[in-house]
Amino acid sequence: MNAKYMFSLVAVIVLFLLAYAGVEAAGLHVLFGVVIPYAAIAVFTVGFVWRIVNWAQSPVPFRIPSTCGQQKSLPWIKPAVIDNPATTGAVVIRMILEILFFRSLFRNLKFHFNEGNRFSYIWEKWLWLGALAFHWAFLAVVVRHLRFFAEPVPFWVQWVEQLDSFFRVEFITDFLQIGLPGIFLSGLVLLAATIYLLLRRIVIPQVKYISLAADFFPLFLIIGIALSGILMRYFLKEDIVGIKEFTMGLVTFHPSIPKNVSGIFYVHLFFVSVLLAYFPFSKLMHLGGIFMSPTRNLANNSRTQRHVNPWNYPVKVHSYEEYEEEFREKMIEAGLPVEKEL
Amino acid sequence: MADDLLKPDELLARTDHRPPATGWMDTPVNIRKGMYCYAANPKSVEYLSLPYARQWNPVEDDWKLPENWKQIIFEGIRERLDKFRSFKIFMDICVRCGACADKCHFFIGTGDPRNMPVLRAELLRSIYRNDFTTAGKIFGKVAGARPMTTEVLKEWWYYFFQCTECRRCSVFCPYGIDTAEITIIARELLNLLGLNIDWIATPVANCFRTGNHLGIQPHAFKDMLEFFVDDLEEITGIKVEPSFNRKGADILFITPSGDVFADPGTYTCMGYMLLFHYLREKYGFDITWSTYASEGGNFGFFTSHETMKRLNSKMYAEAKRLGVKWILGGECGHMWRVIHQYMDTMNGPADFLEEPVSPITGTKFESSRGTKMVHIAEFLADLIKHGKLDLDPGRNDNVKVTFHDSCNPARGMGLLDEPRYVIKNVCKHFYEMPPNTIRENTFCCGSGSGLNAGEDMELRLSGGLPRANAVKYVHQKHGVNMLACVCAIDRAVLPPLMDYWVPGVGVTGLTELVANALILPGEKERETNLRGEPLPGMEE
Repeated sequence: MNAKYMFSLVAVIVLFLLAYAGVEAAGLHVLFGVVIPYAAIAVFTVGFVWRIVNWAQSPVPFRIPSTCGQQKSLPWIKPAVIDNPATTGAVVIRMILEILFFRSLFRNLKFHFNEGNRFSYIWEKWLWLGALAFHWAFLAVVVRHLRFFAEPVPFWVQWVEQLDSFFRVEFITDFLQIGLPGIFLSGLVLLAATIYLLLRRIVIPQVKYISLAADFFPLFLIIGIALSGILMRYFLKEDIVGIKEFTMGLVTFHPSIPKNVSGIFYVHLFFVSVLLAYFPFSKLMHLGGIFMSPTRNLANNSRTQRHVNPWNYPVKVHSYEEYEEEFREKMIEAGLPVEKEL
Repeated sequence: MADDLLKPDELLARTDHRPPATGWMDTPVNIRKGMYCYAANPKSVEYLSLPYARQWNPVEDDWKLPENWKQIIFEGIRERLDKFRSFKIFMDICVRCGACADKCHFFIGTGDPRNMPVLRAELLRSIYRNDFTTAGKIFGKVAGARPMTTEVLKEWWYYFFQCTECRRCSVFCPYGIDTAEITIIARELLNLLGLNIDWIATPVANCFRTGNHLGIQPHAFKDMLEFFVDDLEEITGIKVEPSFNRKGADILFITPSGDVFADPGTYTCMGYMLLFHYLREKYGFDITWSTYASEGGNFGFFTSHETMKRLNSKMYAEAKRLGVKWILGGECGHMWRVIHQYMDTMNGPADFLEEPVSPITGTKFESSRGTKMVHIAEFLADLIKHGKLDLDPGRNDNVKVTFHDSCNPARGMGLLDEPRYVIKNVCKHFYEMPPNTIRENTFCCGSGSGLNAGEDMELRLSGGLPRANAVKYVHQKHGVNMLACVCAIDRAVLPPLMDYWVPGVGVTGLTELVANALILPGEKERETNLRGEPLPGMEE
């Protein structure tokens, strides 16, 4: 039993009970349906902006890119244009590869200590794949959900939906109907990837050792979001029209509480609200931070273009005059030129 | 090497990568002999006017800290959060994915979980969370926060002097979190309390005073180079004439003083002297050494940004005083990180110098037009490309060479193919180590960033294990017997590392290999290389 993930799991279960009981038993529909979502959005927006501004207020005194390939030097030596970018354009490509495709994680090499004291470093793609699946699926889920916040539904949201449901699965019996509505891959991939990310934190000893409660909490929370979403879409068959009326009410600042919507919907909404409010105060801010990471977003051109440190200040140096003053006699004796004869 | 050192097999056997049962916050730090460097000599700290110079001993309970030390650390962190976006972001965005964990040579070599880069950073992050974040203040340990104590301070000191700032982890981090940056800041914080190691503080004090880490005074510096003049005359029959502190020279040459002092770096130094003589005879090349700026390396970099700047200032100051056109820099690792990524920002602009042009080939070194400082490997590669060096690679036929990319030129600059091009032109037998251990994936020598002392030999041999293991691979597969490098610390620390893990492999600088192959006008028939060993075909 590990206190760190138990703590996070219990926290998410408590959140579930709060929302479920709050709505089903205490009738706090307005609190969980309107007040908390608005508050969460406000905290997220203000918090996110505050964090970015706060980071931006600290300068970048030195140009310190990690160079991951050949520098641009002599004209006949082929530079690694993207991994060791010399221009802003190349930096942009490096950042795109980093942000959209996790370029650095793609390099991952797993160290093995083999029989006979042999070492090996093997390309390890599972973390990269898992992370990529998680983030892209999450993005697709978010984009799909925009359908609830816009009327008419933008064409690109519909595109994403079509792409997401190209894989048809239909399993229809009297008890269970899967495939109506059509299966969205993103939801399932998101759930699977999150569970993978969770399991590796529990199973791999070193990753378990470095993990904090703060690493498990968002994973459990996102699993909760995905599960409640899947439950509503495929099993409870929530009243989509009612929910859309409700979400449009939120967007247009005329909130109204929908009828015929189960407690699970409020759980789903509450989980999302908690995630949003938690976001700016947590490691999830890597979403913003990656754009500002000085080892990635700077060109490796410090020998050609001057980088200015805004707080550069004069320091105490040992001047040549002081140096000669101390060693003049010995220098003259050794036949070294001096500025001032004895 | 110390007698009580473990045998290689014993060292490997004690390396267990499974983390202990207790969490790291609850596992007390054990400052173990062989794994740490001695405390800074107070005289050195005082000479540099750094705070809290005193006699203290890391293994004693009482570190004689100033009374308000927690306040000093707190203020120190706050100041640095405001000054370095890198620090602030790296404190905030780590998700502990663990991609960096097995990238660190110290983790691979020791198995100590606190040597996983992520955990090394967490040592500092936990305090940051406690003192500077809302979540940390409210949730404490659950949010990964813990209060500052003397135990934590000792842990910092022990583990931030078990990081060589090699940046290998930063290559693999999905957010580019650079542990080197965190270690640099952590060491700055430790220096606020006078907690440096002597292997750094004393060279820095020496360098400040005499111009080089070893404390060689000007007349002695000249003597030492003239000693090489005699050696070279014996080997080649030619008397080279290095010049010192000469005003009006075209170019100023600066290289680490380690190469003036100890084998096998000395052979690289002799190589420079031979090369410059050759170029002067053939092309009228005009270069001077300096005794004032007689250090390329910069252990100030391992103390604080300010100390780095104080030492680095001599390069431009001396170039200006002597009125040279540009600066040529010798083979050194962290020296080149400082020159490449810091110098112009700290001590520039170098508007009193000219944009570097090779007087021999006419090549404009576009990539250093700002700093006006060119790497010797770039300079050599250009010379060879233009056919300006008469080379007999056969003279290096007795060596099978592999190349060790030094961390800083690799990951803080990208100097990868220039030295390889040079080596391939002066040696016939060149073999690369496995691709995951070279270039940007290169492994540290295990002794960088000022950790190349004698008393921490177990740490050094553990940290150097991944590098040595890759050398062992090419040693067994191809019979590689020479490890080439472009770093003075490498030249000082790789020989004991090789002796320990891969006996039978020597260590050489790039320019030594060049000088062995270089045919000087009017030289006698050479019978030995610069080491005095018989050339191939000249063995009795």
